Amino acid sequence: MDNHGSYKQLINIWIFLMFLTFITVYVAQFDFGALNVPIALLVASIKAGVVALHFMHLKHEDGLTWVFASYPIFLLFLLIAFTATDMFSRVLN
Amino acid sequence: MGFFDVTSKIIKSIAYPSEMVPSIDDHADDGEHHFDPVTEHESAKLGMWLFLATELLLFGGLFAAYAIYRAKYPEMFMDGSKSLDVVLGTVNTVILIFSSLTVAVAVKAIQENRIKLVKLMLWITIICAAIFAVNKYFEYTYKFSKGIFPGTDIFYSIYFASTGVHMLHVFIGMIVLGILLRKVYKGKYSKENFTAIEIGGLYWHLVDLIWIYLFPLLYLVG
Repeated sequence: MDNHGSYKQLINIWIFLMFLTFITVYVAQFDFGALNVPIALLVASIKAGVVALHFMHLKHEDGLTWVFASYPIFLLFLLIAFTATDMFSRVLN
Repeated sequence: MGFFDVTSKIIKSIAYPSEMVPSIDDHADDGEHHFDPVTEHESAKLGMWLFLATELLLFGGLFAAYAIYRAKYPEMFMDGSKSLDVVLGTVNTVILIFSSLTVAVAVKAIQENRIKLVKLMLWITIICAAIFAVNKYFEYTYKFSKGIFPGTDIFYSIYFASTGVHMLHVFIGMIVLGILLRKVYKGKYSKENFTAIEIGGLYWHLVDLIWIYLFPLLYLVG
């Protein structure tokens, strides 16, 4: 087992996360209009993915754990999508 | 096994109950049932992932509120977001991501019986959490001193609610890590028994994950 390499790998991942944090803050200085939120969410999701895969070892987990890890994201999507379709299709007088 | 095999087995088991395949009842007198350590480790981890799913959905309600009200009142969110301290927010992001690294190292170290390293890493993680809390305290009190409260407008309601619930998780995380650290000092964990540290670490990573989204959505997208 190459343990030394594994610690090094964790530190490399941390450096990558720091780099992405820098990108997050740097990119926020520019106004992309309607793309502001999608860009912020994209970078945040890459960071979250890296944390989940490497720090939380999702990379080495079995299929069932992947199901447990991903179904709440689907539920969250449903929650936001259906609340939005309700809120923005109401006819108020 | 074909259909007839199954049917004949069922008929046999009804006709000759004593010859039935061993069932749970046959072990009823064995005393305690132990899973093998690997199964126990895997199911504990799976249980933690399920718990993290409920945590994500707890914050999910706040994210949904954010999405809806941001779309409805974009100016309010722009102004509110600009009033937040980006420097403090960035510092806290760096602190939390670093503490995620130290927990990950602690989980790795305990699997190699490097107890000293585990202690150091857990200490650093708890200290990082404390610094995060102090920063948040200054942030809140500064807002209060300027007359900004959770009820000021919808942006601040969502800001205080989501960062407040997150803060609660930081405190719970500190308690969890503190208990783990105490048990490490008592010599309870080793490379054969590290499940608690691993799932405690998973909890702490979730605290980091939530902040990874809260930070840009609240502080930066303005």
